[in-house]
Amino acid sequence: MGAQVIIGEEAATRKDEELEGSGASAQELITLNHVHKIYQMGDVEIHALRGVSLHIKPGEFVAIMGASGSGKSTTMNILGCLDKPTKGHYYLEGQDVSKLTKDELADIRNRKIGFVFQGFNLLARTTAIENVELPLLYLGAKHSERIKRATECLELVGLGQRLHNMPNQLSGGQQQRVAIARALVNQPSIILADEPTGNLDSRTSIEVMGVFQYLNRERGITVALVTHEPDIAQYAKRVVVFKDGKIKRDYLVDDPRSASEELESLPPVDVDETEDDE
Amino acid sequence: MNLLLTFKIALKALSRNKMRSMLTMLGIIIGVGAVIAMIAIGQGASSQIQSQIAQLGNNMLFVMAGSSRTGGMRGGSGSTNTLTVEDSEAIARECPSVRMTTPGVRAGGQLVFGNQNWSASSGIMGVNENFPDIRSWPVTSGEFFTEGDVRTSARVCVIGKTVADNLFAGVDPIGQTMRIRNLPFRVIGVLSTKGQGQFGNDQDDTVMVPYTTAQKKMLTITYINQVMVSAISPSATFTAENQISDLLRQRHKLGPNQEDDFFVRNLTDVAEAADQSSKIMINLLASIAGVSLMVGGIGIMNIMLVSVTERTREIGIRMAIGARSKVIRRQFLIESITLSFVGGLIGVLFGVAAAITISRTLSWPTLISPASIFISVIFSMLVGILFGYYPARKAASLDPIDALRYE
Ligand SMILES: Nc1ncnc2c1ncn2[C@@H]1O[C@H](COP(=O)(O)OP(=O)(O)OP(=O)(O)O)[C@@H](O)[C@H]1O
Ligand SMILES: [Mg+2]
Repeated sequence: MGAQVIIGEEAATRKDEELEGSGASAQELITLNHVHKIYQMGDVEIHALRGVSLHIKPGEFVAIMGASGSGKSTTMNILGCLDKPTKGHYYLEGQDVSKLTKDELADIRNRKIGFVFQGFNLLARTTAIENVELPLLYLGAKHSERIKRATECLELVGLGQRLHNMPNQLSGGQQQRVAIARALVNQPSIILADEPTGNLDSRTSIEVMGVFQYLNRERGITVALVTHEPDIAQYAKRVVVFKDGKIKRDYLVDDPRSASEELESLPPVDVDETEDDE
Repeated sequence: MNLLLTFKIALKALSRNKMRSMLTMLGIIIGVGAVIAMIAIGQGASSQIQSQIAQLGNNMLFVMAGSSRTGGMRGGSGSTNTLTVEDSEAIARECPSVRMTTPGVRAGGQLVFGNQNWSASSGIMGVNENFPDIRSWPVTSGEFFTEGDVRTSARVCVIGKTVADNLFAGVDPIGQTMRIRNLPFRVIGVLSTKGQGQFGNDQDDTVMVPYTTAQKKMLTITYINQVMVSAISPSATFTAENQISDLLRQRHKLGPNQEDDFFVRNLTDVAEAADQSSKIMINLLASIAGVSLMVGGIGIMNIMLVSVTERTREIGIRMAIGARSKVIRRQFLIESITLSFVGGLIGVLFGVAAAITISRTLSWPTLISPASIFISVIFSMLVGILFGYYPARKAASLDPIDALRYE
């Protein structure tokens, strides 16, 4: 995690200028240049993205908003190397990933990207630690290394006491934190989360946002997440709004909310030791 | 991504759903179990047939009087009077492949002891002192008659177990006098139990007397019905057969156009026929079992395909966190090989247990061969590869986004 901390310090001196041209800046983590995505549904072409250009620097915390169907998930899938743009370029840490093969994309997903889903997407009948270990398994890490890092990441998200619980023995918030730990475990360049609080109640949402904020602030990890709720977006440092496959607004949040402070003011419930939600 | 790790992933995935894994293995378990059990039954039968054949005698041949073709018209083989004691002696003396012979004279008739009557179903046989050796049929008590008894046409007899049990119930037959066809005979020995003959007859229901006694005192004939021959080795039975034929044709002065007035029956023929049929049975059983193994394989493919569909989301998750398609394909392939291999091993246990149970409860002999165990385990692994490949490829070809979105 050492490298991430250094990135975090760099991020403190983030510049806000717009980048012009097609090349990716060396300081940029993510560069989308005029990206289009067209889905072919029989005879019908669905233009999901119509020229999206987006630049994200290390250490940022970006919330992506927009109406349903505006292209948020499509963008996230491209950012997460799960999908390729139909047109335009995507540079991840300066590397053009729009041209890579399936296997190369799989390796990038494994090493550079941590994905968190709305529906948690943990393997059933698999303990928290085994779920978190999984990316390391595909990386080819040794057993002791896997255990060590998976445990660290689970402790980081506050689940040090839940290592051997199955997903169905965990609350939604806890499951999402396991998913975040899994996204973290390979020390990715960025964590992408598509509606991570979509299935959670408001308090648990704040808890999960607290985890993201902690990772971003204390560990310097870059986070980009999609949300429908304006409240949730206020925990981010920057908001990008999509409309009809294009970016409509892109602004910095003046005074981001702090999840940890808000949680303190809420009635005290010991998150770690509460029993599973019924 | 090394193979061991993929193997671990596959094992974990299997152990996560034990019920499904068991069901998938069931087909292979039954298939392999059936192969092992059926081959054990087949080979048991075959080895029993062979030991029965060995029991028939010591590399034995029969020479019967009468033509093999026309014998029936003359009242049954061995009923003509063309064979003589001299023929029997000449065969023993002049055929190099023959070890020893005994003349055989058959008779029927009542056996009487005290006020008990008995009619031996396998009849009364006149033979010489070589009989126990030729038929591998020793006495259990007393002794067999000697060359001297044969030379002097002594009125002594050796009885079969059935006769001993029925006629001499509760009495030691040795030294007792019994009447055969109204003549008094001294019982000097009891033969060991031989069991059922080839045609289901009770071989132990018989009495042996010197052939000279049978010829002169019982039947007043000079010919004999058959010659029992023991060849020097199992493989010598065929040459012995030819040598006997040549010798008897010459002795009976038969011209080149004349038919044999005797026929030689080589028990090895019977042995071979029986062996052949038991081999056919083994093959038949093995192929039935093989088919069920095939069906087991198709079962694995079925369930693996269902499993791929059911686990689409899992595959999506694995791909999203960086599993290459090759790794997914390997995982599913290893899963199916593991299932079929473990299923094969369990099947072996079941097959062996079934074979043992069958031989215990039905007292049917079984013989478990290591080769059948080895082959069926290897075969079940091949089934795993063969029928696991398609589902594995299907899993690997999924698109991560589609797979993740799958409900
Ligand atoms: N696989 C696909 N095939 C065809 N059309 C698709 C596919 N995926 C997305 N679309 C279309 O692309 C457009 C953008 O979809 P996307 O999922 O990115 O929206 P979104 O902003 O994530 O919406 P939501 O807030 O409902 O999740 C929509 O019109 C959608 O119907
Ligand atoms: Mg969406």
